[in-house]
Amino acid sequence: MCAISFLNLSIVTLGSEMKETDITSTKQNKIEIKDFAFDPQTLTVKSGEKITWINRDEEPHTVVSVEKQFKKSTALDTDQEFTITADAPGTYTYFCSVHPKMTGTIVVEK
Amino acid sequence: MSDYISHDHERDGIDRRGFLQCMAWAGTGLLWTVSGGVLVSKTLAQIAKAGDSLPTATDLSFLQISDSHIGFSKEANKDVTETFKIALDRINALPTPPSFLIHTGDITQLSKPEEFDTFDQVLKSCRTKDVFYVPGEHDVLNDGGKLYRDRYLKSVEAKGSGWYSFNKNGVHFIGLVNVLDLQAGGLGQLGDEQLEWLEAEVKGLGSSTPIVVFAHIPLWAVYPQWGWGTSDSERALGYLKRFGSVTVLNGHIHQVLQKVEGNVTFHTAMSTAFPQPVPGTAPSPGPMKVPAEKLRSMLGLTSVQYKQGKTALAVVDSNLS
Repeated sequence: MCAISFLNLSIVTLGSEMKETDITSTKQNKIEIKDFAFDPQTLTVKSGEKITWINRDEEPHTVVSVEKQFKKSTALDTDQEFTITADAPGTYTYFCSVHPKMTGTIVVEK
Repeated sequence: MSDYISHDHERDGIDRRGFLQCMAWAGTGLLWTVSGGVLVSKTLAQIAKAGDSLPTATDLSFLQISDSHIGFSKEANKDVTETFKIALDRINALPTPPSFLIHTGDITQLSKPEEFDTFDQVLKSCRTKDVFYVPGEHDVLNDGGKLYRDRYLKSVEAKGSGWYSFNKNGVHFIGLVNVLDLQAGGLGQLGDEQLEWLEAEVKGLGSSTPIVVFAHIPLWAVYPQWGWGTSDSERALGYLKRFGSVTVLNGHIHQVLQKVEGNVTFHTAMSTAFPQPVPGTAPSPGPMKVPAEKLRSMLGLTSVQYKQGKTALAVVDSNLS
């Protein structure tokens, strides 16, 4: 099940219930990747909102769902971003597959 | 430092106290000798003076290079291709050419084909043509290591995600992969399939066979808080316990560290690209910025020499300054 769908340059829909959302009208939730950590480590969003990770380290990082619930990012170099759109409510844990000590959580509310 | 030797059990001109004193010189150009499970050392300057401690007629010498990170261009080193070239120049200048090189991973910064291309192009200047590789996490970023395996495992019979072994002059070499399929919250990982292969692989070997294991992430818990360790390395080392001489060569942490445990000597090499902080001395293990004039003293390579019939493998670190 793809509970959270993936957006990178163009909107890619993965879940059957995914609706294309207008980027300008959607709230942006930022997660900074800095000093080998996700900040904030836990982020709560509403279904339909976008979540964007930005890598502030000089080291590449990835964003990978532990349960493979959303498409993983490619390796993000310094200042590169990765965006997904929150879909089904629930708790999603993710980690950096390059530095697996780095973990984070997304809570999607209705 | 006193040159007085109080206990010379191995009759190699080095005692335990001398070794401990030399520990302070780690990374500045040292001869490390593994003898009967005890690591001993002399500075290169001492060796040059005494002229008697370097193996004079070695049966095998090889070089370890690591963490070239081709493609990295941040402040910690804006020209990693140049420092990699300098490392190769040092190898070319050695009076006795090494039999082969071992690259312990992070060839590239971002696993890009053009980064691998640059590495291959620069490597052509090296007079030593045989190179054995293991991947770093930077080499397998987006494709699970396919590109890496297609390029760098041509001369070996690799299994699984790229592990293999080979023999040289009576020494058994084992290249392991511990940067793939990493689990959330975990460390480096070898995995069941590779461990089962390793167990079967060493089963038929006599216990007196010198073993050299090389892998990217340290196979001992250097600093798990920074992910500097391998979760299932204990199991791997269990299969190697009966051997009289095991030398473990790793990269990943961009600095020289060593530890002796029984007959196993663990050694990490410097990077040719940029240094990383001493465990726990920085908020994160990211690239360490040092003054330009200091950079080359913190980059380097490792030379290993083996004389048949002896358990000792001499491990020498030298920097690029």
